[in-house]
Amino acid sequence: MKTIYLDNNATTQVAEEVLDAMLPYFRDLYGNPSSMHTFGGQVGRKIREAREQAAALIGAGPEEIIFTSCGTESDNAAIRSALAAHPDRRHVLTSRVEHPAVKSLCDHLSRQGYRITELPVDKDGILDMTQYERALTPDTAVVSLMWANNETGVLFPVEKAAELAKERGILFHTDAVQAVGKIPINMKATSIDMLSISGHKLHAPKGIGIFYVRKGTRFSPFLIGGHQENGRRGGTENTPSIIGLGKACELAARNMDAENRMVLRLRDKLEAEILTRIPNSRVNGTRLYRLPNTTNISFEFVEGEAILLLMDDYGICASSGSACTSGSLQPSHVLRAMGVPFTMAHGSIRFSFSIYNTEDEVDFVIEKLPPIIERLRSMSPYWNAGDQVCSVQ
Amino acid sequence: MWEYTEKVKEHFLNPRNVGEVENPDGIAEVGSIACGDALKLSFKLDENKRIKDIKFKTFGCASAIATSSALTEMVKGMTLEEAMKVTNQDIAAYLGGLPQEKMHCSVMGKQAMEKAIENYKGGPPTEPAAQIICECFGVTEREIEQAVRENNLSTVEEVTNYTKAGGGCGGCHDAIRQIIERVRAETAPAARPKLSNIQKIKMIEEIIDREIRPSLKKDGGDIELVDVIGNRVLVATRGTCATCKAADITLKHFVELKLRDFVSPELVIEEVTP
Ligand code: FES
Repeated sequence: MKTIYLDNNATTQVAEEVLDAMLPYFRDLYGNPSSMHTFGGQVGRKIREAREQAAALIGAGPEEIIFTSCGTESDNAAIRSALAAHPDRRHVLTSRVEHPAVKSLCDHLSRQGYRITELPVDKDGILDMTQYERALTPDTAVVSLMWANNETGVLFPVEKAAELAKERGILFHTDAVQAVGKIPINMKATSIDMLSISGHKLHAPKGIGIFYVRKGTRFSPFLIGGHQENGRRGGTENTPSIIGLGKACELAARNMDAENRMVLRLRDKLEAEILTRIPNSRVNGTRLYRLPNTTNISFEFVEGEAILLLMDDYGICASSGSACTSGSLQPSHVLRAMGVPFTMAHGSIRFSFSIYNTEDEVDFVIEKLPPIIERLRSMSPYWNAGDQVCSVQ
Repeated sequence: MWEYTEKVKEHFLNPRNVGEVENPDGIAEVGSIACGDALKLSFKLDENKRIKDIKFKTFGCASAIATSSALTEMVKGMTLEEAMKVTNQDIAAYLGGLPQEKMHCSVMGKQAMEKAIENYKGGPPTEPAAQIICECFGVTEREIEQAVRENNLSTVEEVTNYTKAGGGCGGCHDAIRQIIERVRAETAPAARPKLSNIQKIKMIEEIIDREIRPSLKKDGGDIELVDVIGNRVLVATRGTCATCKAADITLKHFVELKLRDFVSPELVIEEVTP
C-alpha cells in the first residue's frame, strides 16, 4: 500500500540531497572536528559551512547559530539561560498553546517558585496584544511565544511582541520549529533574542536542532562540557546531522517560494473540498494568519482516533487533537484554549503538507474521507443525518 | 499509536450490531460527548427471556467501538442474569486484551449493559451513594468502587485508566485514593487468610516452582529458596541471573510481584550469596 504522508508537522522525510550530503560523514570522513589533524579538520570546515547555510536561512550571523540535539533542547536552553541571566526576575510570560517543550518546562518552573503567565488566545487562536503588553512586568525575565502553532498553523505576531519586550528590557524567545523554512525569517530585522529550530521538520534528520542566540545576548550554557559551539554547548558535534541540516537550510532558502505556492494550493484544495463534501465540519484557527501547509479540521460527532485508524487503512497519515490520541483523556490543550466545543474538539484532524505531496494524493483523500466520516457518524448516537447545520460557521 | 490486538481492529473495522433495536425492552446511554466517548445500547428479549437482539451506537475511539461490538456479540442469547455477570475484564479478554489506558472502554460497555437491564426492570434503582467524585468526567463513587473491586486496582492512575476519573484537573485524586484504600481494606483480609509459617514456605516454594523458575530458566537462570524469616524471603540466584547486572531489578520486581500476588502482599525479597 502506498503511504500518503500528510503529517509533515510531526516530522518530514529527509531530502535526498540531505542524505547524500550526510553519508560520507558516517563512513569515510568520521574525524572529530576538534582534532588537530587534517582528517578531522576537514570535517570542521564542513560544519562551518553548515553554520553559514543555517544562518543564511534566517538572516542571522553564523556566530549566532548553536547546534543542539533537537527543538526541545533549544527551548530549554533558551528559557533557562534567560532565567540564569536575570536571577532577580521570577516571571515567565508564555501562552496557553505552546508546544510541550515550552509548556511542560514552564509547569516545572512554576513548581520551583517561578511565576508563569500563560496568555489566552481567542476562538481563532489569536493572541490579544493589549493583554500581552499588560502582562510584561519589571519582574519578567523572559517571554516565550511560538511563531507558528504546530496543531493549527496559526501565526503569532512574534516580531511585534519582541519589540514590545525589548522596549522594556525583557528577553524574547520564540519556538520557531514549525515556522522556519515555511515563512521567510530575517533575524536582522527583528528584536527576537533567541529562537529554536528543529531539523526534522525541514527535511533534515531527527536528533539535530538549532538554538539561535542574538549576538550580545547574555547567555549561560545548558550543556556544560568541551569548547564545542564556542563553549556554548558542550559535546562532540553530531557531524553528519549538522552537515545534513546545513544542506536542508540551503534547500529551504532556495525553494521556499515555490514550495509555499505548491503546498498552499494543495492545502487549500483539500480544505475547500472537505468543507463542501462533509457537512458539520469546520476549520480550527484563523485562516488569515496561518502556515501555508497546515489545516486543522473538525468533524462534529465523531472521534479523531477512529478517523485516523480508518484513514490508516488506506495508508493516509495525519494526526488528531482528540483525547484518545493526545495521550490524556482530554482533547489537545490548543483546541481547549481556543474554546473549540467538545462536539468538535474530539473529532479534529490535522493535515500538514510538504513539497513531496502531490495533487493525486489530495484527490485520494478527498475521495476516501467523506465515506469514513459518514460511516462513523452512522455509528454515533449523536448524529441524526436529518438535523445537519450549516457547515461554515 | 495504540497497540490494538487483531481482534480489536477487526471489531472496529467490521463492527457487529450497529444501530438501535425497534421497540426495545431495555435501553441505556452512558458517557457523554464532552468526555470523548458515549455508548447507547438497546436490546430485545425473546419468549424465553433471553437477549434476542441487541444493538449499539457509539461515539468514541476505535477501542470504544470494538468493545461495544464485542459486548453485543457476547451477551446475545444470554439471560439477563447471565448478561449481568459479564465483567469488563470478560469484554477485554474477549478482544484479546486492551491497552491499559483504554480499559475504561470496557468499563463503559459493562455499565451500559447494567443500566439497560435496570431500565428493563423498571428504571434505575435508587442509588443513595451515587455521589459524583470526579467532576471533570462525572464519575460516581459507586463506579469507582466497582472498578477497583472488579479489577483489583491499587493506584489512582489505574482508576483513571479504567474509569477516566482523575484524568482531568486532578482535583479528585485524594478522594480516589481514599476509595481505593477503603475498598482494598474490605477485600484484603477476606481474600487472604493468615498463613502459618509452614504454609507460607510451602506456598512460596510452590509459586517459585510453578510461576517463577520456568521463566528464569528460559533466560538461562535459576533461583533457589534459602530461608523465610517472617516476611523476609531469602533467595539465591544461579546462572545468568547471578551475573546479570540487572538481576537486582529483575529479581526484586518480578519475584516479589509474583510472591506478593500469590502468597502475601507483605513479602520482601532479599538476595543472599549461597
Ligand atoms: S475532578 Fe476528577 S479530574 Fe477533575
